[in-house]
Amino acid sequence: MVKRTLSEKLSILSDAAKYDASCASSGGERRDSRDGKGLGSAGGSGICHAYAPDGRCISLLKILMTNFCIYDCAYCINRASSRVERARFSVEEVVSLTVEFYRRNYIEGLFLSSGIIRSPDDTMADMVRIARTLREQEGFRGYIHLKTIPSASQELLDEAGRWADRLSINIEMPTEQSLSRFAPEKSAKGIRKSMADVRLRREASREGPTFRGKRPAKFAPAGQSTQVIVGADGADDRTILTQSSSLYASYGLSRVYYSAFSPIPDPAKALPLKAPPLVREHRLYQADWLLRFYGFGVEEIGGRSGMLDLEIDPKTAWALEHRERFPVDVNRASREDLLRVPGFGTKTVGRILAARRRGLVRYEHLKAMGAVLKNAKPFIIAGGWSPRGMLEAEALRARFAPQPEQMALF
Amino acid sequence: MRQVILPRVHTVAAWRREARALAAEGVPAEDVIWSVGEAPRDLFAGASGGGGRTGALPRTPEYLAREEGAGDRLRVSRKALDSIESALCHSDPERFGRGYRLVLRLSAGAVTWGDRADRDVRAVLEHAMAIGRDIHKMHAFVRFREVPADGPRRAFAAWFEPEHNCVERGTPFFAKRFGDMDWVIATPSVTARFEGGRLSFEETVSQQRPPEDATEDLWRTYYASIFNPARVMVKAMCAEMPKKYWKNLPEAELIPGLVRDAEARVREMAETAPASMPDRRTESLRETTRALLAEAEPQDALGRLNRQIGACARCGICAQATGAVPGEGPADAALMAVGEQPGDREDLAGRPFVGPAGQVFDREAQAAGLDRAAVYVTNAVKGFKFAPRGKRRIHQRPDAGEVAHCRWWLDLERQLVRPKLILGMGATAAEALTGSGRDIGRRRGRIEEASDGTPVLLTVHPSYLLRLPDRARAEAETERFRGDLAAAARIADSLA
Repeated sequence: MVKRTLSEKLSILSDAAKYDASCASSGGERRDSRDGKGLGSAGGSGICHAYAPDGRCISLLKILMTNFCIYDCAYCINRASSRVERARFSVEEVVSLTVEFYRRNYIEGLFLSSGIIRSPDDTMADMVRIARTLREQEGFRGYIHLKTIPSASQELLDEAGRWADRLSINIEMPTEQSLSRFAPEKSAKGIRKSMADVRLRREASREGPTFRGKRPAKFAPAGQSTQVIVGADGADDRTILTQSSSLYASYGLSRVYYSAFSPIPDPAKALPLKAPPLVREHRLYQADWLLRFYGFGVEEIGGRSGMLDLEIDPKTAWALEHRERFPVDVNRASREDLLRVPGFGTKTVGRILAARRRGLVRYEHLKAMGAVLKNAKPFIIAGGWSPRGMLEAEALRARFAPQPEQMALF
Repeated sequence: MRQVILPRVHTVAAWRREARALAAEGVPAEDVIWSVGEAPRDLFAGASGGGGRTGALPRTPEYLAREEGAGDRLRVSRKALDSIESALCHSDPERFGRGYRLVLRLSAGAVTWGDRADRDVRAVLEHAMAIGRDIHKMHAFVRFREVPADGPRRAFAAWFEPEHNCVERGTPFFAKRFGDMDWVIATPSVTARFEGGRLSFEETVSQQRPPEDATEDLWRTYYASIFNPARVMVKAMCAEMPKKYWKNLPEAELIPGLVRDAEARVREMAETAPASMPDRRTESLRETTRALLAEAEPQDALGRLNRQIGACARCGICAQATGAVPGEGPADAALMAVGEQPGDREDLAGRPFVGPAGQVFDREAQAAGLDRAAVYVTNAVKGFKFAPRGKRRIHQRPDAGEVAHCRWWLDLERQLVRPKLILGMGATAAEALTGSGRDIGRRRGRIEEASDGTPVLLTVHPSYLLRLPDRARAEAETERFRGDLAAAARIADSLA
């Protein structure tokens, strides 16, 4: 094989990594290099150093160690049967790219994933070696996210969690059946077992609670995450969200990422030719937030069809379906009820509750508290405001849905 | 009318000093004209004459003494002061006057901090937020270029144009992050310099950018490759990376070309498909992988059974949980203990009886003289049934259908282990073993028979003991449970 330059390898192996949505670099252990003996800092809120024209942020050097792979997952550009160009980085190349990019303030750290070469253990061992070299040899204190390889050995997982801030393993599909159909070599049970292992290790590394709450975990301090591909199989949104809520409850995941299936060069025949609308991905994230921070249950989201409304965000859609629960009086309602008002975020609700103690909350105060009144207006009562007939109006939905486009006249 | 001129570097610290001194003198906010760098032409400033100050403040001993004492009179919360000082970096010409006014008003109790209905508070909060955003963008978009170094530390330099003068507030972050190298961040007004671990600020002298760095080509390669042409969202990009920053970002020059060619690239992808390998080749690849990943078939019958249990999909429980939790213990155990179903801990660990209820069982077994290591422990239902609630899993009792499905596996397990006695703990185990889960309270301690005639001793599930709120009752029940375990040990011994 021809020897590739570093630039060629970077081009191939970052192109191959772009279908992973995660770019988080926040949370975890606080570190810095003020002592002058190392490089980097981490633990605050993450920073997006650039944005690509696809609207996604670039926060980490997101690359594959290699895109050679013995697995044949239909949705993946790097599957064994694909004729994509292949390359492989050496440990030193990844380390040097990470450090040089980091020193120039291009990135927050490294997100390393890999195709599976020879065996899961061999692959994982190489990835762990990269993380170790960065930490021990380069004194790198920036962020490291390692994608763990299913069914790699326990010792390698132990070491990976010691060097990395975050570990992740992709669940890939909304159901076990889809996974075995599209990724015959992967096992949903094996993937869930890996997540369980990470959770147990994180808990074991906390060394007991302190007076001020839980100690941060030393093992993968920034937690674990996963990704599910949307639109490659026939699963509806409720199935996807049901899986997510079960994963959040079971393994303490920091995030589930939803990646709208993107038609890739050389698509395998098992896949649909058309991509799902990107807005579906967006609605899933919104619904995911409602599940985690707004007290919604899976059964409440998605209406009768099990699919999220693409035109209206899920919270407004829910409110329109449950008009009998509105208007909500901002001066009296419980936190739970306030959280259900479209246009009120968790911060706004916190501010309303605080302001209520000082005196009557008036309509004109709400904007300064962060409420989006355009959305909230029909659903609330506040000092000096009542929605009157707005809530019953037939046309209420039309306020939120995008304007229908008029057909061109011939 | 007083006129205060603040220096361009360390402006905020100087403002704080001046504000204290003015407050100590009792100067009202409307009597002060603030400016940075040089004196503005203000007709009224000179006209008021008298106490007006121009240029730097006199540093006489009595002035400094006044300044010291002033701290006692001005009382402002740390949070408020932090926001006010942050807002001072804003380019709004009114910022110093507003800050001084607000400090006086807050100190006098004329306004509460955080009251967004107040104009000054709101303006300060909004400005502080704008500065926060500006600093955040600075942390994101500064691009260092390597420059020749004098000593052993590598040296880097950057040119950056923030919207406001946030250099002094924004650069300590870089000192923490890039502690092992020397760097300079120059902006149109102030330059931050970090050398040998010391951060200092000075007025910017030269507006020159540092020369190009070879690594920028690699960075551009990365930027172009990580972009997915199948989803162009220029608006989303520009919202987060506004065009005003582009001129100092090495990657930004690629954007127009990437956007222009995206559609053609997607079309090309669709047209050049399909280019998979021929099916026969794919099949042989899969074959190799399968062989490589295949796990060895377990040698013992129980191991083979557990593997089958692991692949069971007769009900939906195991697909939601991590997986089936097999039984554990000697394959020829005289005593088999059967619980209800694995719980949260058991599911995570993949082993039975390791959670809170399992610990109760272990503890009481030891107290009852039952050799825990000699017991084969398993569950009536092999998967953990739960309802997700936030970050927790709430245990759900398996229904009759699920118990019946899993009974198949329990029966096979019994046939392989052939225990002399089975200890059934709780209603679900009783149901799976004897066909009825009713009246455990009455039936406990008695010996019944499983379908094949094996004696079954029934007792409560250890988790029941954990749920009893009344301490005396819990102790009494635990005592009875221990008694049942002791009986089980005795009977199993006598039958073995």
